[in-house]
Amino acid sequence: MWKLLLKIFRTGILTEKRDQPLSQTHPPGFGKSLAIRHVDAGSCNGCELELWALENPYYSLSSGGVKFVASPRHADLLLVTGPVTRAMKEALLRTRDAVPGPSRVLAVGDCACNGGIFRESYAVHGGVDAVIPVDHHLPGCPPSPDDLLEAIHQAFGTSPPSSE
Amino acid sequence: MDNRNPSPSLPGLCLIPREDGIPRALFPQETPETYLAQARILGSAGGRFLGLWGAGDPQPRICTAFLLREGLFVLVLPLPKETPSPSFPSLSGFIPMANRFERTVRDLFGFRPEGLEDTRPWVGHDLWAVPPLSLPPGSPVPENLEAGSLDYPFVRVTGPGVHEIPVGPVHAGIIEPGHFRFQVVGEKVLRLEELLGYTHKGVDGMFRNRDIAWGARLAARISGDSTVATSMAYAQAIEQALDFSPAAGVRALRALLLERERIANHLGDLGAIGNDAGLGFALSQFGRLKENLLRKNRQHFGARYLFDQVTPGGVQTSLDDEAIADLLEENGILLAEILALHKIYDDHGGLQDRFQNTGVLLPEVAHRLGLGGVVGRASAQAWDLRADHGGDPYRRFPPALALAHTGDVAARVLVRFLEIQESLSFSRALLEHLPEHSIAESIPDNSETAEGLGIVEGFRGEVLAWVRLAPHGVVEAAHIQDPSALLWPALEIAVPGNLVADFPLINKSFNLSYSGNDL
Repeated sequence: MWKLLLKIFRTGILTEKRDQPLSQTHPPGFGKSLAIRHVDAGSCNGCELELWALENPYYSLSSGGVKFVASPRHADLLLVTGPVTRAMKEALLRTRDAVPGPSRVLAVGDCACNGGIFRESYAVHGGVDAVIPVDHHLPGCPPSPDDLLEAIHQAFGTSPPSSE
Repeated sequence: MDNRNPSPSLPGLCLIPREDGIPRALFPQETPETYLAQARILGSAGGRFLGLWGAGDPQPRICTAFLLREGLFVLVLPLPKETPSPSFPSLSGFIPMANRFERTVRDLFGFRPEGLEDTRPWVGHDLWAVPPLSLPPGSPVPENLEAGSLDYPFVRVTGPGVHEIPVGPVHAGIIEPGHFRFQVVGEKVLRLEELLGYTHKGVDGMFRNRDIAWGARLAARISGDSTVATSMAYAQAIEQALDFSPAAGVRALRALLLERERIANHLGDLGAIGNDAGLGFALSQFGRLKENLLRKNRQHFGARYLFDQVTPGGVQTSLDDEAIADLLEENGILLAEILALHKIYDDHGGLQDRFQNTGVLLPEVAHRLGLGGVVGRASAQAWDLRADHGGDPYRRFPPALALAHTGDVAARVLVRFLEIQESLSFSRALLEHLPEHSIAESIPDNSETAEGLGIVEGFRGEVLAWVRLAPHGVVEAAHIQDPSALLWPALEIAVPGNLVADFPLINKSFNLSYSGNDL
């Protein structure tokens, strides 16, 4: 056990300082926490790897009060990756419908923005826009964790989204 | 052709050794009877079934891959052109693993597997009115208007107190989509059945009539975590078709990239497995090490996840002396960290309590299913292309095979720890003896139709690629097979008997790709 504690002690705090820490710029309506529900609508898993990276000590997304939640009913933001395969359309619509307002939709990655390399395939809708309205787009294949932080930041804006 | 060594146990099938990887060849079969007979022979000669796929115009065909100690054998059965939905003999009677592959071919091409009793759709989900790949490339595929009513007939367990838990396709976390159906009594799982195909993007259809470079970009996006492996398998297949052998420097850099991908994924998996067993410390520590590695990737290769780094004919980035020195330093630091964390994992009673005897896949079951990769090696299946016959540079610095025998989560954790260590010493040898390298040569043109195969030991297991080129570098058809398609059925066997709450831990210890399975 002491080895484990020693390791924690020696590792120290690695979280990088950012110009605008997320916790200080949360729009008033959201208090000190923002909840994100992620839906993979058929991505190659590249974007998911970078979403995972947000949880590592360098980015430490949750220390800014932003967390990924298990249920769409707890979410303020729907974060969608992938070109939206035909088989995922229904699941995406139902997840969107389960998110309470006010909420926003962020499309992450080239595939979610416009279908990416899969755009012309018979099996995809060619982006999240084709299925549900999108508030913010973040292109990239995959986008870096820094870009993701920035986009999550922007998606919330500085004021709460109007109630739908 | 004269230097082939016919193997006495495999009449009519022989392979030529290759410098760039394992011996591999396609064997056209004249009739369904010989196809079936050769498949039986390969299966009984210790061959592992590695996948089955179809191709349409201009010559419909079925391809079936077997991996033997001698190398990779792919049987090709041409199907009649004129028949609208031709049939082919099903292998599922003696290779149960063929079931999902044959259903996929039926869904996508409309070829009928004769003798397959399972009539349920697989990746197609009954979404289309006609099999999408029975149509020419680019033509619109009419939707099946009754698709919304697809009610997949899962096998149900009945009895007092037995209930069902449906999970997915949207999961509670940052995970790819898929559906799991549990039959449960109390806390105990009696049966797990998977329904995949939610990420089906029509990859095989997209390869048709593209140029080689575009195909390479698609090949890099089969499964994001295996981008080096799939790109490399595709490049090998193209190079075999064009009878081109990459230079020693290119081969060494590719091998290095493949090891960096393996280490990054194993680090991520070890952290996530520890976290799923309740040790948050693991997620932070391994997340830190993985992030350090990704940042070095970006610094020296220009991409965190090494997308598009391996291309047919070469690699994208070369390393100068400064970069090599930096990567050698990183190598030493990481090795010390891994040894320390391995000790912490081993000494942690709570962690070992969750790991041991959880999600057991018995060695005899793994053998019967013909499994390889991390999951296979954790159940005593001694297959690793790099150790067996990787060609150059693996022959120069042969990596040792990492093996465990208990087949539980603990074994899959142990194999990953051992593989990272081995991978680091192999990478060190590569860096210290990196041949003079130019990063890419132009690949030759082809005036005739040509076919090729590629196979690579990715971080999960063997990644397979097949391409068929029309004259002048046009990809007529291609298929890339991630090992996940073979490992998903094994998860269905490892989970029953465990608690529902242990499913995430067992699933994580497998860490299979949905996208690579659904294509």
